[in-house]
Amino acid sequence: MNSEFTKLFELIISASLINNFVFTRFLGLCIFFGVSKKMETAVGMSITFTAVMMISAAVSWVVFTKVMIPLEITFLEIIVFIGIIAGLVQASDTIMRKVSPGLYYKLGIYLALISTNCIILAVPLVNAGEKYTFIQSLAFGLGSGLGFALALIIMASIREKLELADVPAAFKGLPMAFVITGLIALAFTGFSGLITL
Amino acid sequence: MSSPSTTSLKDLFLNGIIKENTIFKLALSLCPSIAVTNNLKNGIFMGLAVLFVQTMVNLTISLMRKIIQPKVRLPIFMLVISGWVTITQMMMAAFVPDVYAKVGLYIALIVAFASILARAEMFASKNSIVPSMVDGLGMGVGFLFALTVISFFRELVGKGTLTVPTGLATQHVFTFINTKPVLIMVLPAGGFLAVGILMALFNWIDARYMKKTAHASH
Repeated sequence: MNSEFTKLFELIISASLINNFVFTRFLGLCIFFGVSKKMETAVGMSITFTAVMMISAAVSWVVFTKVMIPLEITFLEIIVFIGIIAGLVQASDTIMRKVSPGLYYKLGIYLALISTNCIILAVPLVNAGEKYTFIQSLAFGLGSGLGFALALIIMASIREKLELADVPAAFKGLPMAFVITGLIALAFTGFSGLITL
Repeated sequence: MSSPSTTSLKDLFLNGIIKENTIFKLALSLCPSIAVTNNLKNGIFMGLAVLFVQTMVNLTISLMRKIIQPKVRLPIFMLVISGWVTITQMMMAAFVPDVYAKVGLYIALIVAFASILARAEMFASKNSIVPSMVDGLGMGVGFLFALTVISFFRELVGKGTLTVPTGLATQHVFTFINTKPVLIMVLPAGGFLAVGILMALFNWIDARYMKKTAHASH
């Protein structure tokens, strides 16, 4: 039991720091660059993201292990996972509009973007590829969500300061954001070897 | 968005390469532009996969545009895209297993490319077959071009070599620089730096020679 708990903890740390989706696997970059301009939206987005990611990891695991493996249709994984995610996003869109219109007003547009986001799709694909158990899949989803939140918040705080900086004209906007991300990624390579799985 | 009656097919083709270059101008579908570009060969094959998917998706959607119900069009687009991506994935696993081993995850994630869905929605669902295919080809070639430029730059600076594919399973490694190369460029962090620098270069050329304001920045 104890070693299993340690393993889960290691999985979360590894998914959020060592194999951070943004900095070492380069996924979800469109959203990462799109949302990281303001701290407020970055925080909201991270919360939505982590929630959708964990739920989709759970649902996809059940569908993959209980339906697709017995029926031997695992080659359809892309189509099935994207279907699950689109359904989930539509559902959370409806729920959020009813429960919290204020949050919906702020994040609704990003919620629509989530369904075509690679991180959300990558989590079930990696889970299926690595043959994680149900709990491990959840932990991987949580870790990836936390890692993305960390990346977004670091980036948002830097970009808020950057507004005041004197950047060469050609580098204004996205190119500078890329260079900064490169520097953060360089810092994140320092986490490799933190734990060995 | 201009209609094909006012613009020639050539303009349509060039539009995807220069004016609306997916990576350098629209800043969409960035993930593979960094993930697979530390090696020229991987970059080229990834670009070819996207080119194929984009063209075939545009073709399929354009053929089906009259029978798709507008209300359910997005799920249908996603189904068409994931179908073609699955086909591409299987073909690559069969014909270029060594590339597939490295870029496999990113091939599957072509499904989530905003640019492919956007072309299906904005162009192919409204235009006939030939313009749609040309549009798809243009966008795909633009993507291939961007990936080739980035991976050329990164491999040359990072390793001092260029891996040029000479066939499906063969390749030739040219060595240009024998001294210690700038290793950071082939590391993950270097990908961001390379794209940032290239983007700035494009902006600079744009502002300098095209007499236009740089609009890659938001």
